[in-house]
Amino acid sequence: MTDQSTAQEVVPDDPTGTRPPRRRAPRGTTSHARSFSPGFIAKLILIGTVDALGVYGILSAWAVSQWGILAFLVLALVVANWAYFSRRMLPAKYLVPGLLFLVVYQLFAMGYTGYVAFTNYGDGHNSTKADAITQIAAQNERRVEGSPSLPLAVVQSGDELGFAVVTEDGDTQVGTAEQPFEDVDATVESGRITEVPGWEVLGFAQVAADQEAITSLRVPFSDDPSDGSVRTQDGSTGYVFRSALEYDAAADTFTDTDTGTVYTPGEGGNFVSPDGERLTPGWRVGVGFDNFTAMVTDSRMAGPFAQIFVWTFAFAFLSVITTFALGLFLAITFNDPRVRGRKVYRSLLILPYAFPGFLSALVWRGMLNERFGLINEVLLGGASIPWLSDPWLAKAAIIGVNLWLGFPYMFLICTGALQSIPHDMTEAARIDGAGRWRIFRSLTLPLLMVSVAPLLISSFAFNFNNFSLIYMLTGGGPNFVGTPYVVGHTDILISMVYSVAFESGTKQYGVASALSIVIFLIVGVISYLGFRRTRTLEEI
Amino acid sequence: MARSTELHTAVRGRRWWSEIGWRHVVGVVMIAICLLPLLYVLSASLNPGGTLTGSNQLFRTISLENYTELGPRGYMNWAVNSLVVSSATAVGTVLMGAAAAYAFSRFRFRGRRSGLTTLLLVQMFPQMLAFVALFLLLLSLSEVFPAIGLNTQLGLICVYLGGALGVNTFLMYGFFNTVPREIDEAAKIDGASHAQIFWTIILRLVAPILAVVGLLSFISSYGEFIIAKVVLQRPERFTLALGLYNWASDERNARWGIFAAGAVLAAIPVVALFLFLQKYIVGGLTAGSVKG
Repeated sequence: MTDQSTAQEVVPDDPTGTRPPRRRAPRGTTSHARSFSPGFIAKLILIGTVDALGVYGILSAWAVSQWGILAFLVLALVVANWAYFSRRMLPAKYLVPGLLFLVVYQLFAMGYTGYVAFTNYGDGHNSTKADAITQIAAQNERRVEGSPSLPLAVVQSGDELGFAVVTEDGDTQVGTAEQPFEDVDATVESGRITEVPGWEVLGFAQVAADQEAITSLRVPFSDDPSDGSVRTQDGSTGYVFRSALEYDAAADTFTDTDTGTVYTPGEGGNFVSPDGERLTPGWRVGVGFDNFTAMVTDSRMAGPFAQIFVWTFAFAFLSVITTFALGLFLAITFNDPRVRGRKVYRSLLILPYAFPGFLSALVWRGMLNERFGLINEVLLGGASIPWLSDPWLAKAAIIGVNLWLGFPYMFLICTGALQSIPHDMTEAARIDGAGRWRIFRSLTLPLLMVSVAPLLISSFAFNFNNFSLIYMLTGGGPNFVGTPYVVGHTDILISMVYSVAFESGTKQYGVASALSIVIFLIVGVISYLGFRRTRTLEEI
Repeated sequence: MARSTELHTAVRGRRWWSEIGWRHVVGVVMIAICLLPLLYVLSASLNPGGTLTGSNQLFRTISLENYTELGPRGYMNWAVNSLVVSSATAVGTVLMGAAAAYAFSRFRFRGRRSGLTTLLLVQMFPQMLAFVALFLLLLSLSEVFPAIGLNTQLGLICVYLGGALGVNTFLMYGFFNTVPREIDEAAKIDGASHAQIFWTIILRLVAPILAVVGLLSFISSYGEFIIAKVVLQRPERFTLALGLYNWASDERNARWGIFAAGAVLAAIPVVALFLFLQKYIVGGLTAGSVKG
């Protein structure tokens, strides 16, 4: 639509470069949007590719019923095409690509964290209620007593396996796991299906080769799971299976056909019997603030959580203080112009910072090994100090390794800040009779803090979430005993989130997200404090 | 100059020790502490058949056996993955960040100020905090676009690019503002379009900041661990950070020597880049961090 209009406008844009009269005076006549320059063609190709991918995405999102993704893709395509083919949206042309990524992978991810935090999303509650009903019905299917055996053939089309059966009425039907049975015009010879149009009938050898897939295949009679399905053991006879649990859509309940027990949807996102027995899987439901209070109300978790919470702050605070103190000390030490070889010292001292952090943590993990590590074996003459397995020593080890990793950064910024303090000031103080300590305390440090304080705050925020150091050095251990999640004495909040979400047996995305939100809030407050100290906002 | 030589000659003996000599002592001790782990890993990498214990005598034997063992264990695969992911992220970050900075610096439009403020707010919250949601997002995307879903390099690159604008736009924005507007106005009068000004004039003038942002982004995605761990699950898709973590944390059958060799090779490009571009990176660090 829009590119037609651009094509028409090419005509007055003659190569002599004379400016044609226009309603809106453009910023130059040779805009890519109005001439077939290489730039325009490149743009056309790029946008065309993006559109093609987008349309493909819309179709496949439709196919798998991902309505959220579909809606976003439609919106994104409209915005992208509008931005690049309209002549007016100049800033948008430059902002759209970055913004799209930002919106999807950062803003949406944050918002989604907030949403998940209020649900019971996790193992056993992974999907929607409709999916849960289908799965419960399918998992509890049994062969219907006394039902006839149906002549059956295994059929294949492409990679998809299906069944063709002769029903009790003598009709032939074909279906797959995804596609319920439908009538089909198949050839039946002496009670066996020999040909199905559009499908290849598998012979005995092929059935034997694919036995596992065939015996687990379940072809439903209809989209309603309570109608039952056909399964086969041998690839030639099918039996009607029906769920022992019957779903009543009107009452929204499952009934056990054997015992008569009625399961009603409970508040926790499961079908529950009057005795409290739950059917799994359940579905996602909102659980209010339960995830947020889970850490405090569960008596097994409350103590360890409090410890982790305090340790997170202590770790971040001590990391900043120790690295800053050492970095500042070294910066002052080598700030004296009379020291020879300062350049060499400086280059060597920042080596720990240049070495990739994750590797340093792993190397230190080896060096601190209780039985074989370099520290115990060589430096301490064969001692066996449990550096990484004693709660307090592990904490000390983490602070120590982080000091090794982090002091060069502080050294660099302190050196920079010291050099910007005018020499006259310290000179004047010295003439006035101030001693070294007094000069440092009342002059150097306050001036230094002006430029360094915001960096200290951002360093605090960084260490607050220093996942890789903790995870690589101790893995959070030594672990607490008897907690529902695998967490340890050196875990900080972010590594605890990881453990709750992925490493504690049952995955609890809801609880993990709630913890993430807590971290968001804390980081927000820290950043706000740092923000007030900088005047960046005024520069906008 | 004369004054400093005077000082040098004046300070000797005990006074030299109390004023200058101790600084050298501190320096030598600190350098020893800095170098010890690095020498240790280098020595372990050269120690054939090395276990943790065998690595404790530094530089006892020297052989390249561990390095030749890396290839068959899939190390090259990880190295390529890391380089591809980090390079693509760096290039994407530079392009998108520069484009956004150009828009904010050169155009005056509705929502500009609030856009900048929003970016400032967004960058306070590192993307990694939302890794659970990112995992769930990629899980859903796997159904629609398997190419950018879980377990794909492209998916990981996309996630990294999502963090691009928040982190770097401000750094670039400040630098773009230092390029005089008269230059683009002159070009505009000569008939250049906004795209020509951007690609052929501005980008050339801000090349130093592009290099800094590109390298910082390369280094940070090269060492990024948590998001990569969440997104990539199959060993052949791993980046170096994931692969080397697996080697080092496998305490039962860890071949420490092979890990050490892998670590040395993985560190070389980053350390080299860092030392080579020290000045720019340090400048970028402090400039970037003022944001809070």
